[in-house]
Amino acid sequence: MRTFKIGGVHPHDNKQFSAHQPITECPLPKQAIIPLVQHIGAPTQAVVEVGAKVKVGELLAKAGGFVSANICSPVSGVVTKIGDWTDAWSAPGQAIYIDVQGDEWLPEIDRTPDLVRSCTLDSKTIIDKIAAAGIVGLGGACFPTHVKLLPPPGKKAEVLIVNGVECEPYLTCDHQLMLEHGEEIIIGIQILKKALGVDRAIIGIENNKKDAIEHMTKLANTALGIEVLPLKLKYPQGGEKQLIDACIGRQVPSGALPIEVGAVVDNVATIYAVYEAVQKNKPLISRVMTVTGKKVQKPGNYSVRFGTPIEEVIALAGGIPADTGKIIGGGPMMGRAMDHVENMPANKRLSGLLFLPEAESIRPEEENCIRCGKCVQACPMGLEPYLLSRLAELEMYDELEKHDIMDCIDCGCCVYTCPANRRLLDSMRPGKAKVGAILRERAASAK
Amino acid sequence: MKQFIVAPAPHAHGSDSVRKNMLLVILALVPAYAVSVWQFGIGALITAAISILACVGTEWLISRFVLKEKRQTIGDLSAVLTGLLLAFNLPSSIDWWIVLIGAVVAIGVGKMTFGGLGQNPFNPALVGRVFLLISFPAQMTTWPVAKHFDTGYLDAETGATPLYYLKHMLDKNAPMAERLGSVKSITEIEWWDYLSGAMGGSLGEVCALALILGGIILICTKTITWHIPVSIIATVALFAACLGWAGMVPDGMETYQFVGYELLTGGLMLGAFFMATDYVTSPMTAWGKIIFGIGIGVLVMVIRTWGAYPEGMSFAILIMNACVPLLNKIRPTRFGEKKK
Repeated sequence: MRTFKIGGVHPHDNKQFSAHQPITECPLPKQAIIPLVQHIGAPTQAVVEVGAKVKVGELLAKAGGFVSANICSPVSGVVTKIGDWTDAWSAPGQAIYIDVQGDEWLPEIDRTPDLVRSCTLDSKTIIDKIAAAGIVGLGGACFPTHVKLLPPPGKKAEVLIVNGVECEPYLTCDHQLMLEHGEEIIIGIQILKKALGVDRAIIGIENNKKDAIEHMTKLANTALGIEVLPLKLKYPQGGEKQLIDACIGRQVPSGALPIEVGAVVDNVATIYAVYEAVQKNKPLISRVMTVTGKKVQKPGNYSVRFGTPIEEVIALAGGIPADTGKIIGGGPMMGRAMDHVENMPANKRLSGLLFLPEAESIRPEEENCIRCGKCVQACPMGLEPYLLSRLAELEMYDELEKHDIMDCIDCGCCVYTCPANRRLLDSMRPGKAKVGAILRERAASAK
Repeated sequence: MKQFIVAPAPHAHGSDSVRKNMLLVILALVPAYAVSVWQFGIGALITAAISILACVGTEWLISRFVLKEKRQTIGDLSAVLTGLLLAFNLPSSIDWWIVLIGAVVAIGVGKMTFGGLGQNPFNPALVGRVFLLISFPAQMTTWPVAKHFDTGYLDAETGATPLYYLKHMLDKNAPMAERLGSVKSITEIEWWDYLSGAMGGSLGEVCALALILGGIILICTKTITWHIPVSIIATVALFAACLGWAGMVPDGMETYQFVGYELLTGGLMLGAFFMATDYVTSPMTAWGKIIFGIGIGVLVMVIRTWGAYPEGMSFAILIMNACVPLLNKIRPTRFGEKKK
């Protein structure tokens, strides 16, 4: 069975809590909070005003540049406020507040559960519809999907790689989506193949989801040019570069995009959103979130409209367990620990909520580096984390750049594996940010 | 508004720890130690006990009263391991106070001077051993004869090691009769005795089989990687074979026998699996480790063949320890580096 070649670790997948829990609809909130930044790239610009009445699917904020994504209204009601808002990490931002009234949808949206198989649209129309629907990569990075579908001049996509890996421990939303909406995903893949002009798609699924592999293989056999590739369990296989390596054995060079090796990667949840946008005219207004943890009463997979305060999703899952020390937005390897849950809405970026008991919330005490080299063995990018971390502490940015800090994908394998509990990424992250800023400055002054 | 604990990702940690790694190495040394106790008897017990206690004690005293550290590190078991490894490198019949001096030097000079675990450039146990070898050459080269659980300690019967004989045989100045006598002494020992440790030598170096078993345990539990031991053993075997083909083996000995002696005697297995693989003093990357191992293999053969000492594992490892910062310049293969 295939996997990526360099490094990687084997954390316990802990998916048993929420695996196979059917996707449950979360009720509509009384008030929806819609952050104006839910993707990587330029912020959006609100196109509605306070007092405006909006329907589900109506454009609330339009993309603020080429790399940006529209935000459509996930609820119907009245806009009451457009202004300052603070996220669960206490970072300031802007949001649109809507008082929810009823559930009135734009008439062109097809809300029936019927499958729409045929798609006669041409590539450009498909991409325009995806852009209009505000679809971003739902695997975690939130990169606007339509941008990926428009390769730079001179580059040609050869294969669409579908990310059904879900390598983050605990998370099961993509798994459940494949089980419940496999057919829609297959249609979505055909649409994306058409948009890209490729005749081959590979769905990579890790071997801990045998039923999904079986289900998707059965469906893929009825479609042309789609193969399912079971992958050996190893974190971070869902990383774009690692997945391409695992699926087609090509390694994206440092600093380059996947298109360099002829690949475009999209997550299954993103592809489901593509199906809904292109076939059912439904913009990206909700997503499946996994709410889980060892002590959570009703861990599960919840379909949540964006803007819904996460407290309501948490209530559905039985509330915050008593001894919770940490609440993580996302999985335990790359997710971010929230300092509070109030005023935080579900949004495109939030793939799950994980409640860690207090005992697991405190990081073990750091000891001296024993130079065992296990971080070097674990790094999936072939970097030297022990060295990068030290160089970052010493603020030696030239050396950091020479040792390829910019290739770090933030996966956390080095910290996970370190026997001395060293928090290597704590210094590498700011180090990488600083080197990135230096590089941008250099590029700007060269112009 | 309830506040929760905030820390950067990742929020999970594999259960690996310094203590766990040290414990695994200690456990992997148990088979070899058991054989040593069987071969050398009570001396093996006394020497190891003194060495371990002295190493742990030295670390605690320095950490507590000289460095005034708040958190004591003896719990990580690295001092226990250093003590055990130092004992493995000493003759089991050596005086207790010499062991004590060796332990104080190993931990005091070899490790704590540089700031404790992780900071030392040289393998502490070998620093201790080489210090003793230079300071007490007679005591350090008086080897007890393996006698299947001897209860004698200081009054144990002594003899020479196979490598001593081997060196002696190649000494062109020695009388022919003596040289042939040495060949006889070596070839009289059965292969099984070499594997099971029924020969003169340092406490823990004699039983190749048990040491290889321990090494395999370490590799299987991913405590160490194969690179260093395999490259050392392969280099020594190749070097010895070349000497054999060049006709540089003692008269009356076949090339395969010579290769076998070089591999199974003189702490080669102990060094390859347990001393050279010390995390702190070995390179970080796979290629670094391979070059490190080749360097040790070449140096040990050069010292054994042309040097003043019959064996050279300690010196070879220490010299290569000094090269580690340079070897760490070798980068691992970056993702996307090979294929375009």
